[in-house]
Amino acid sequence: MSSDTKSSSPTETVLKTENASVYYGNFRALQGISLDIPKQQITALIGPSGCGKSTLLRCYNRLNDLVKGFRVEGKISYHGQDLYAPEIDPVELRRRIGMVFQKPNPFPKSIYDNIAFGPRLVGYKGDMDDLVERSLKQSALWDEVKDKLKQNGAALSGGQQQRLCIARAIAVQPDVILMDEPCSALDPISTLRIEDLLQELKQHYTIIIVTHNMQQASRVSDMTAFFNVEMTEKGGRVGHLVEYSETQRIFQSPTEKSTQEYVSGRFG
Amino acid sequence: MSSPRTLFAIGMTGLTFLAAAIALLILVAILSYVVINGGSRVSLDLFTQLPPVAVIKTGGGFGNALIGTLMTVMIAVLLSVPFGILAAIYLSEFGRETLFSSIVDFLTNVLSGVPSIVVGVFAYGVIVTKTGFSLKLGFSAIAGGVALAVLMLPIVVRTAAEALESVPNDVRQAAIGLGATQFQTVFRIVLPAAIPSITTGVMLAVARAAGETAPLILTTLFGYSWINSLIAPPTPTLSVLVFNFATGPSRNQQQLAWAASLILVALVLITSLLSRLAIRRKV
Repeated sequence: MSSDTKSSSPTETVLKTENASVYYGNFRALQGISLDIPKQQITALIGPSGCGKSTLLRCYNRLNDLVKGFRVEGKISYHGQDLYAPEIDPVELRRRIGMVFQKPNPFPKSIYDNIAFGPRLVGYKGDMDDLVERSLKQSALWDEVKDKLKQNGAALSGGQQQRLCIARAIAVQPDVILMDEPCSALDPISTLRIEDLLQELKQHYTIIIVTHNMQQASRVSDMTAFFNVEMTEKGGRVGHLVEYSETQRIFQSPTEKSTQEYVSGRFG
Repeated sequence: MSSPRTLFAIGMTGLTFLAAAIALLILVAILSYVVINGGSRVSLDLFTQLPPVAVIKTGGGFGNALIGTLMTVMIAVLLSVPFGILAAIYLSEFGRETLFSSIVDFLTNVLSGVPSIVVGVFAYGVIVTKTGFSLKLGFSAIAGGVALAVLMLPIVVRTAAEALESVPNDVRQAAIGLGATQFQTVFRIVLPAAIPSITTGVMLAVARAAGETAPLILTTLFGYSWINSLIAPPTPTLSVLVFNFATGPSRNQQQLAWAASLILVALVLITSLLSRLAIRRKV
């Protein structure tokens, strides 16, 4: 890793992907991905639709397990531990690796109960009021909702809902937060608030964000991975990793021609 | 002058309006007929007195039949609702897209098409009758409750499964993503979100069951005294009282049949209104 990255110490790898391929039944979605996610940095996954960036994201918390016919070849490890080893309980894993989805999806419950849901699942013994307040403060939502914690989460605006979802993910005190196009359903001002929030969150969490918005990737991330799709001999489409480097390099002096074309808006 | 096409459109609009009006008229006709014939007998006596035998010319009520109907329906609810909701949870959550769940789904539809008299005969055969392969309980609220439960079950399963399926998938994913097991996801998130719609389905099933007569003739029979056991004596119900009294020679009994019809309609109306309220609370 080059010395001009912002963090002072050489960063530890949280999630290591080694030559991973992902299949849904006979369909190969991703091929030969090797990618190291550094600790407490923001890694952006960019690329055209269908390149498999969301698929890869969902491999990290094993959410793809719910999809019929899903399987992964190669190795994905979390702090050195094979994620797909038989002794790994995906339910436990998802407490360590939280997720924020594309569309804000608060539970049809009060704001308070939305946040308390995760901790209650494991019988959290501490002060719940305190945890709710802390999580809401960390997600920069506290001031807007502190007087209406009993209100339904669905009554909030889209941007507030998404920050509620972030607070909900934080409340279980994860290590990594996966974000699947978290701003694609939001207006520009809400988007900006979430982007500011990401800079705060990376002090404590490792963040991986999938985004269609190249400006967003260049604004918020430390590392960027560019994915592309190619046609296979049989006419199928398979995603692969083209280039992975510091965000600055990807956007200013990429090695690959297709990266250059994509980040300059030539296709995608 | 309007073109023929416009005239045709106006004519068809009128026709559909007429059809809608007739549908409304039929309901109004039933309600007013029942009120006119039964309204005059409505008094506290109806709920506190026992039904008169044919030779008694005045008075009496059907307190025992009202209790019998409530009891029978309650047993049916207690049997069919928990069972039906759990089955629906399997169909739409745990067993989604399995062969077994599609078989059960299909058979539930078949079950909802079984005529109520057949269900009555079945309940008579396995619970009431004193011979052969039967629980040999005799005519009773239990037997009636079981028959009604069988009739309610497919309605409960159908509506509950639909209610669960209408809960958006991203809410499930959110719960799973927070480290919830599938069980926790279903029982803490999906089921609570579906409860208002499930309540509506249950109310509709109750309204259907409360008015059933054929299976009750075969399972609860009728009686002129108060009910003091769930199993032993024949259990009078409102619908069977209407069936027995409406066509009899006694003027007094005929009037009571009308009054019982009125109370039955009122019960169904109240359950429908309650289910409406349950939906509204959701929005």
